[in-house]
Amino acid sequence: MELRLENLTKIFTNKTGIETTAVSELDITIESGTLVGLLGPSGCGKSTTLFMIAGLEKPTGGKIFFGDDDVTKLAPEKRGIGLVFQNYALYPHMTVYNNILFPLENLDVPREEAIERVKEMANLVGIGTLLDRKPSQLSGGQQQRVAIARALVKKPRVLLLDEPLSNLDARLRLQMREEIKRIQRETGITTIFVTHDQEEAMSISDKMVVLDFGVKQQYDSPQQMYTDPDNLFVAKFLGNPPINTFEAEVKKGYMMINGDKFMKFDVPDGLYDIGMRPENFRATEDGFKVAIKDIFHIGRDTMIHFDFNGVNVRALVDSDDIEEKQKFVNLSIKPNRVYMFDKKTGEVVSHG
Amino acid sequence: MADLINSTKKFFRKIGTVIKTFFWNIRRVLNNIKKRIGKFLDKHNLNFASKFPGWAKALLYLSPALIVLAIFTFWPIINAFALVVYENYNMTTDTITGYTVFGNFITVLTDESFIVPASHTGSSAVINTLIIVFISVPVSVLLALFISAALNSIKPLKGFFQTIYFLPYVTNTIAIGLVFAYMFKADGGLVNEFLSFFGVQSDGLSWVESGAVYWRSMFVLIFYSIWSTLAFKIMVFLTSIQGIDKQYYQAAAIDATPRSKIFSRITVPLISPMIFYILVTSVIGAFKIYNSIVALFGTSGAPAGVDYNLQSIVMYIYQFIDGSNAGNLSVAAAGSLILFAIILVLTLVQMQVSKKRVHY
Repeated sequence: MELRLENLTKIFTNKTGIETTAVSELDITIESGTLVGLLGPSGCGKSTTLFMIAGLEKPTGGKIFFGDDDVTKLAPEKRGIGLVFQNYALYPHMTVYNNILFPLENLDVPREEAIERVKEMANLVGIGTLLDRKPSQLSGGQQQRVAIARALVKKPRVLLLDEPLSNLDARLRLQMREEIKRIQRETGITTIFVTHDQEEAMSISDKMVVLDFGVKQQYDSPQQMYTDPDNLFVAKFLGNPPINTFEAEVKKGYMMINGDKFMKFDVPDGLYDIGMRPENFRATEDGFKVAIKDIFHIGRDTMIHFDFNGVNVRALVDSDDIEEKQKFVNLSIKPNRVYMFDKKTGEVVSHG
Repeated sequence: MADLINSTKKFFRKIGTVIKTFFWNIRRVLNNIKKRIGKFLDKHNLNFASKFPGWAKALLYLSPALIVLAIFTFWPIINAFALVVYENYNMTTDTITGYTVFGNFITVLTDESFIVPASHTGSSAVINTLIIVFISVPVSVLLALFISAALNSIKPLKGFFQTIYFLPYVTNTIAIGLVFAYMFKADGGLVNEFLSFFGVQSDGLSWVESGAVYWRSMFVLIFYSIWSTLAFKIMVFLTSIQGIDKQYYQAAAIDATPRSKIFSRITVPLISPMIFYILVTSVIGAFKIYNSIVALFGTSGAPAGVDYNLQSIVMYIYQFIDGSNAGNLSVAAAGSLILFAIILVLTLVQMQVSKKRVHY
């Protein structure tokens, strides 16, 4: 089922009357059956957006559509959503079985079918043998699975996940990431996944929305967003190690770095914010010569630190192309991997 | 004007800083002195505190509380066990005629108006107490649960309502008892006026005065004990309900759970440890009921001129200490040990039952 947000806005007003815009005029159309990651730094309004879709938070303005139905004013229980909370919110006094069964108790489902569905869901998420346990007797990952089963058992139209992996340790997180992806594929349910971890969002999502201060920055597939960021914020937010950013002037069509001509660009002369990802550098004979400030050999790759216009820049190059006590290196980078952003708006001006 | 406020604020902030700095420096001086004393003691090998073992120090610090407890709690308990084996103990001369194991218990158990209603009273201490316990405790716990759930869900004037419901807790039992007695007066009492307003024939209907039948005066007593114990229960339940994570309710809302079910399947199980605690303590409290009866009916424990008595077990015991049978301490000790046994058994039963129902 398609999910559409139109000009969705949420403004919180505190007791002294100071207004905080949590979400500002969000316009997103989520295609049926996709897994969309809502990504942004903490406090950017991603959870608020999720809660508005769930109906737990009332929007200040704008509309929410599930397919063709306008659900903006609908109570949460009438929307047909499944929500997985950050700390799972499993009822501690009920067994796993009863926790999963609970949503069905309030629906018009025959008992046999309800039990059948609980078992089916439990098997789907891989907790079929743990039905008699209490949540406190389960590990974090297992609790997570129960929470997903509980959200899915009533066959919701949309599945919402609020930072579902943030309470898990690093290894389990990787595993649950794949699990969520698999469960989503198998059920084909439209899913929204909130996270502040860009790597997590990129690996799990079909498409991502990056938010900053409640404003949509970009809505695209993860790879597209990585190679084609719309603005400086998105470029900086994605990628590990993070993108190098520094200022550079374009004079007569040439980008000037350390007083030399670096590369020819077809943009108006002026000062720009430049972004170059560390892994896009190559050590080649015909490259741009830089003095190595610091060098770290990390097996397959070598991290080189040097200065571009007075800013420390890192490059991740193949270890084969570099010798251990090298003082200078010639680096090259593909023109379409050099991102130029407008100094004022942060919008991308050109790459390549 | 704004300037004046600002400068006043600044002035007070300055005073605050000065005071804080003053105490900070005092603390510094004290710490210094402490350090020097410590050094001095270490140097001359005088530091006895470090030579004491840990348990001895703990005992020393606990001793004030332990002494008070020993005099006023432990000794009377031990004494009760000692007294109960005395035969014909005379308090004034401090003499006994011999020892007996069950004699005093038999005296209590066969006494008319303890278990078996005496022919001329029509009620007994145990029956009265059991009626009060088994009606007032469940009713007040359920009422408190509903009221606290309701209080939690109202938004405007929340603090106001919480204060109102908490007021009975801080008021004096005896004083309120007198007010109750006045409210239930036969002539011109508020309750009778109220009933006649609805067309009930209540002229001169006696509740707590002569002519009141057993069930009417018992009703007033139970009503009063429910009302006076409600406040504390509401406060405990309300705080525990407010401590429940909101996400459970959000999850329930998304699953279209009706309100009644949220209450019975989520709220009540999640505060069940508190409900159990309240249940146990109020059963114990209700068994020891004493001052509400005195407040409503006086030390006789009955409305004037009736052929029954509303006295509780504690009142029954008390008559051997400072009442019609004063001085018969051995019988009083036997009575209180029987009360202790009843409470112990009931509490154990409750603990057994709760094992399945209480979710920690």
